[in-house]
Amino acid sequence: MDQKYRLLDQVIGRFNSREGQLIRILQEAQNIFGYLPEEVQTYIAGKTDIPVSEVNGVVTFYSLFHTEPRGKHGINVCMGTACYVQGARNILDDFRRDLNLKDQDTTDDGIFTVKNTRCIGACGLAPVITVDDEVHGRVSRKEVSKILRKYRKLEEAAERVDDQQPERPAENQERVPAGH
Amino acid sequence: MINSLKDLQKIRKEYLPDIELRQNKDIKSQQINIMVCTGTGCSSSGSKSMIDGLEKALAGSKLDTRVKVVKTGCFGFCKLGPIMVVHPGSIFYCNVSESDIPELVEKHFARGKIVERLQYEEPDTGEKKKSLDEIYFFNSQKRVALRHCGLINPEDINEYIATGGYFTLGKCLSREKSEEIIDSIKKSGLRGRGGGGFPVGLKWEAARLSEGPEKYVVCNADEGDPGAFMDRSILEGDPHSVLEAMTIAGYTIGASEGYIYVRAEYPIAVDRLENAIAQARAYGLLGENILGTGFGFNIDLRLGAGAFVCGEETALLKSAMGLRGEPRPRPPYPAQCGLWDKPTLLNNVETFANIPEILSRGHAWFHSIGTENSKGTKVFSLAGKIVNTGLIEVPMGTTLRQIIFDIGGGIPGGKNFKAVQTGGPSGGCIPEQYLDTPVDYDSLKSIGSMMGSGGLIVMDEGDCMVDIAKFYLQFSQDESCGKCTPCRVGTKRMLEILERITEGKGEMADLYELEDLSREVMDASLCGLGQTAPNPVLSTIKYFRNEYEAHINDKECPAGVCRELLNYSVDQDKCISCGLCAKACVAEAIIGEKKGRPYFIDRQKCLKCGACETKCPKEAIYAQ
Repeated sequence: MDQKYRLLDQVIGRFNSREGQLIRILQEAQNIFGYLPEEVQTYIAGKTDIPVSEVNGVVTFYSLFHTEPRGKHGINVCMGTACYVQGARNILDDFRRDLNLKDQDTTDDGIFTVKNTRCIGACGLAPVITVDDEVHGRVSRKEVSKILRKYRKLEEAAERVDDQQPERPAENQERVPAGH
Repeated sequence: MINSLKDLQKIRKEYLPDIELRQNKDIKSQQINIMVCTGTGCSSSGSKSMIDGLEKALAGSKLDTRVKVVKTGCFGFCKLGPIMVVHPGSIFYCNVSESDIPELVEKHFARGKIVERLQYEEPDTGEKKKSLDEIYFFNSQKRVALRHCGLINPEDINEYIATGGYFTLGKCLSREKSEEIIDSIKKSGLRGRGGGGFPVGLKWEAARLSEGPEKYVVCNADEGDPGAFMDRSILEGDPHSVLEAMTIAGYTIGASEGYIYVRAEYPIAVDRLENAIAQARAYGLLGENILGTGFGFNIDLRLGAGAFVCGEETALLKSAMGLRGEPRPRPPYPAQCGLWDKPTLLNNVETFANIPEILSRGHAWFHSIGTENSKGTKVFSLAGKIVNTGLIEVPMGTTLRQIIFDIGGGIPGGKNFKAVQTGGPSGGCIPEQYLDTPVDYDSLKSIGSMMGSGGLIVMDEGDCMVDIAKFYLQFSQDESCGKCTPCRVGTKRMLEILERITEGKGEMADLYELEDLSREVMDASLCGLGQTAPNPVLSTIKYFRNEYEAHINDKECPAGVCRELLNYSVDQDKCISCGLCAKACVAEAIIGEKKGRPYFIDRQKCLKCGACETKCPKEAIYAQ
């Protein structure tokens, strides 16, 4: 954890000299921690001399920030108009049903988080989903379970490697790329 | 470091041969340039691994010295990606994959023979097209803002300079007065491309006349309209044109700092911008004493964090200062009171991309394109139910029919056209009878829609217009910042009514209520988001009233989209009684016996989730 706060200090040091960089700092902080829990918000408020209410106001205003931890793989189903008219809603529903997500967005095992996302601008390939940073275009409903299988397999393979090397660097586990 | 126009000229000379080769001015050249699109569309289709494969195949071969692989911006034909264009000859290949590389290298690059199987086929004639210029999709366009997309490597400032880039800046700084620049832009008739259509020259003049020692230039790259990707493609394909225009703007209005507010959802665009800014700085084209004229200008990025309302100018400025992006009433306009309360000039990406070309080719040239009150060209993104999804640029005044049916190739799957939506959540749905409307700012407004930033979403008979209205309203309601009541509460109430209607619980009185509420939300909202949010609802009620009535009176969705009004059935002839549907059904609503008689669905139990439909290998399950 200390390591993460040290990284955060570096980020704040880099951006705080210029005015109006709170959003940038929060984005970097989210990259470091995976999400923005209250403690991180308070820490940033203290370091930047911005009231914590204002920091929280910004965090809750923008859809890219989240205050709950995310699954290891973020599945984002694009809900732009082009994807919507090509059936994106059914694909989102299929993912949620397949992963048994009812009210929550993250699976109980913490592997997948399924969200809809605003237009990512790849409308020519609609319907589009992104898994982590990878874009999948022209996704059909039949592909949903195939995609999930692929990432589950990756996960199992990673676990096997883990068993052999118990000391896995902590920072990679919660890393969520910017833009999700 | 570039200190004068002479230095610029030197670089231009060095890199010009490649550019001329790509413009087919040097058709006999022994050199080969392979242009591969690395925009978001083609990258998603695998263009990056293709480039790696190409470079690997060429490295160490005899071709290495004469063949150059160039990453370039969007060609616009996103559907056929990854796209490759080989010069000389502008040979066009589509849907190229890594496995095609050996054949391309051996046949085309080494022996000059074209690989026919990767050529584009004109859909109505089936004719194979050799070069880019022979393809109707390309030769029917007029590219001004997109002039460098597909021509240069956006990550190399030298190539931009070779096309004449930064010379306009040099000319403005050394010879022109601010008044002359503003006068040229005014005379060109350029209007803001972000959607509002405000005359750009007037905006620049207002910012110039505002008093103050500090001023700012801001570029709005927060392209939030779902289904629009014009600005993204310009930033990915030609970032320097925006930097050059912003610097000219800074000189003209007396600003020394600029900001580009760009969506974080566009990672490639952000990378290219950062790279372009660093290169321009290293050359001294940004920073102090540009081209030895004593004028200094800097540009910094501000990343958006996913809020549609930040496309509105006052909200954008708040967000660029690191605050919640809530709009405020105007006046004062940003030209008087903008970033940190200082005079600020705010233009959109496409507007800026037009500026260097207008100033270098002259306002009369630009003025000669387009309609009476809308000059120049406009970039549109084509998406939805259209054959050629992608990006096009056409003169203002081109009709919707030409755009959708000629350039766009019409509707796929032999279906019928129903409507085209322009202007995103702020615009309206335009039915078939207005397809011959020439597209410009005023004509679209007169039929209840708007230009917006240029997203065109085509819908066919399989799309339910009530559902589309609900979709857009859901978007506006979700993105409403909550500051003013008419937008925050009004859009919510309207959405509830639409949900009732699509669930078959609507009454005719709901329609009148919707229309009344729409007018109130439009009149009383603080910013453009609320003022235009009812447009999709009003336009669909106006042009597709019968669909609303079918949902309300007959409890039917004619297009077969609204789930609550659908019934799933099994086609008894197609069913092979494999049982996969019954296994997928969580409600146990599908009854039958494996390898027995066809299955059937118990409508009392059916949740209408559609899971069975996706699992059926014979497409025997359908909704009606």
